[in-house]
Amino acid sequence: MNLEISVSPHVRSPYGTKNIMWMVALVLLFPSAAGVYFFGIKALILIVFTSLIAVITEAVCQWLTKRPITINDGSAVVTGMLLALVLPPTLPLWMAAIGAVTAIGLVKILFGGLGFNIFNPALAARALLLASWPVAMTTWVRPFDAITTATPLFLVNKMHEAAPGYWALFIGNRAGSLGETSVLAILIGALILFIVRIIDWPAPTAYIGSVALLSFLLGHDPLFAILSGGLMIGAFFMATDYVTAPVTTKGRFIFGLGCGIMTVLIRYYGGFPEGVNYSILFMNILTPMIDKYAQPRLYGGRKRG
Amino acid sequence: MIKCAIMFFSKTFRGGIHPAYLKELTSGKPSSPAKDPAQVIIPLLQHTGVPCQPLVKAGEQVKAGQKIGDSDKLISAPVHASLSGTVKAIEPRLCFTGDMVNSVVIESDGKNEIYEGIKPETGNLLAAIREAGIVGLGGAAFPTQVKLSPPKDKKIDTLIINGAECEPYLTCDHRIMLEETDLVLEGIKAAAKVLNVNQILIGIEENKEDAIHKVKSQITSTKSQTNLNIQIIKLKTKYPQGGEKQLIKAITGREVPSGGLPFDIGVVVLNVGTCAQIAKTLKTGMPLIDRVVTVTGRSLKEPKNLRVKIGTLFKDLIEQCGGATKGEIKKVIAGGPMMGVAVSSLEVPVVKGTSGILVLTDKEAVSYEENDCIRCGRCIKVCPAGLLPNFLADAAKLKDWDKTVEYHVADCIECGCCGYVCPSRIFLVQYFKAAKWELKKRKAVNR
Repeated sequence: MNLEISVSPHVRSPYGTKNIMWMVALVLLFPSAAGVYFFGIKALILIVFTSLIAVITEAVCQWLTKRPITINDGSAVVTGMLLALVLPPTLPLWMAAIGAVTAIGLVKILFGGLGFNIFNPALAARALLLASWPVAMTTWVRPFDAITTATPLFLVNKMHEAAPGYWALFIGNRAGSLGETSVLAILIGALILFIVRIIDWPAPTAYIGSVALLSFLLGHDPLFAILSGGLMIGAFFMATDYVTAPVTTKGRFIFGLGCGIMTVLIRYYGGFPEGVNYSILFMNILTPMIDKYAQPRLYGGRKRG
Repeated sequence: MIKCAIMFFSKTFRGGIHPAYLKELTSGKPSSPAKDPAQVIIPLLQHTGVPCQPLVKAGEQVKAGQKIGDSDKLISAPVHASLSGTVKAIEPRLCFTGDMVNSVVIESDGKNEIYEGIKPETGNLLAAIREAGIVGLGGAAFPTQVKLSPPKDKKIDTLIINGAECEPYLTCDHRIMLEETDLVLEGIKAAAKVLNVNQILIGIEENKEDAIHKVKSQITSTKSQTNLNIQIIKLKTKYPQGGEKQLIKAITGREVPSGGLPFDIGVVVLNVGTCAQIAKTLKTGMPLIDRVVTVTGRSLKEPKNLRVKIGTLFKDLIEQCGGATKGEIKKVIAGGPMMGVAVSSLEVPVVKGTSGILVLTDKEAVSYEENDCIRCGRCIKVCPAGLLPNFLADAAKLKDWDKTVEYHVADCIECGCCGYVCPSRIFLVQYFKAAKWELKKRKAVNR
């Protein structure tokens, strides 16, 4: 009889990387559906197209570098979807394609692939697009009729005009990026990820909490601050990214806190109306340092050397 | 008031996991004696410590309970013949660990005669426990006599009895608590007497409600005869609740200092099976020559709890459970699935520390390809030692042994929680074992 030997443990949890990534992709269908509902068929085309380009880019890069092709692990699909969700729904497809190629090729594969990238691929690509084509990247449309308009954050913080009602903000009936507008859809998706324990509470709680608190202290409407812009999608789907955020509970809390502070500073004192994108990229840089210092307590109480 | 609130909840520790327990395969099955083997292989090293020297020669007649190997070193435990018969050979034989260990091979004469020198012990309890070769029956097999003789400067105030049995599949301790409750309590009393402690805390996981009930009623019925303060602590069902350090933390709130022993915080921990064996030895004088082994697995025709003579081959026991009729055997584990050792052959003997024999098919023991870490942090969340398994594994992969020391590899208890949850299927425990091995080698060279 041929017995296999290996080091313990001999049983493993049934959940692998693939299950996690595809689950996230599945959950992203909620904000995607909301985007399609509000912005029409263009939104659907953008999501499918960006995801497809992301997957193709990953396959080509891995083929060129003679590495195993891992497109079925679902991580490229997740990146493609996330990128589409943070783009204006009317963005020309060729720009979106450049974004997807940047996200996967430049930000992810060049740094070593899944697990090794420093920056959140979707957000780094979005930052590049924003710097390259600022007009197209800030051309927003109203839901349903697609008339060009400004985002609520721009209206309130830069033009000092009245904000849309909380309910409109909550369900997503406002101008903005494809998948960021519907807080409701994002919360449903996030709730599922919480229940299946794919994301945990520290980063989103610290992020949203600190934005609300700081907005309140600085004399702004805290509820408007958390319902507008890309805060919700950033807090639940970007600040919880495994690869580019810290690994410990303590570290994730600090990460969320840092994101919150940076977002508030950019929103109220910066040139841009929104700061979620840059605040998370900024904190991505600090992740290794946070990992080094925010470590769990050792059993036996000895100080870490 | 605060104490009441704490008692309301089952106690536990930081980290840990909830694997599929599958104890129902055998938990309701009373332990039955295994068939007497035609031959036993008794390794001269079955414990943590120094190997024994053989006291018999090939061709000699031995009887059940006769001492056949001993050592004059402190951390060691003698071994005994588990049946009567002829010594066929004294030679290295394959052990469950994969090592060749010098062993005494005895061929049974079928008479099962008991050695004449065996008589109840009433005098020196500690000497009797040593002579009987008693070791921790939970799995680590540390000589019990050493555990019961703490250094003079350490004041022991609490004796903890480990009835947690947190490893999936295993039910031998559960059965002992149900079937040998009186022996367990007698053993506890003897150990408490040796240690001169008053406070005894028995930790049992809440999934063994019947055992908690049985032990509780037994304590109540014998309360008048003793002045000991014996309490049952209900523990949360969570792996590794029965790990010595985790059990101490859950029950007393104390933590064993890094690199230290339970002695250092005034605690001694004994397994329930060990206590029952102590009582048996003191009552009859019979040394440790058999134990309860859970022979289990979903593919077995009839999983069982068997009382097995030390030295019986795994093969014989799997046969007695009807063999694997529902699927092909892929792996056989000595112990439980989380910390047990996969054996390379079924021709290895049951030793004192063998709590279970687990048969796994290819559906249960899936082999995985290792992938890159995605930094999900699950290993950190479940690590009961508070380590950073992902970074520790990175250091070990690079053979940066100094870095593994910085990441406290020595504090790893090898419980396997990190490896269980890792979605990238990284062989974390394997890396940590390798690092410990390298560091041990380096220490030996420096010495």
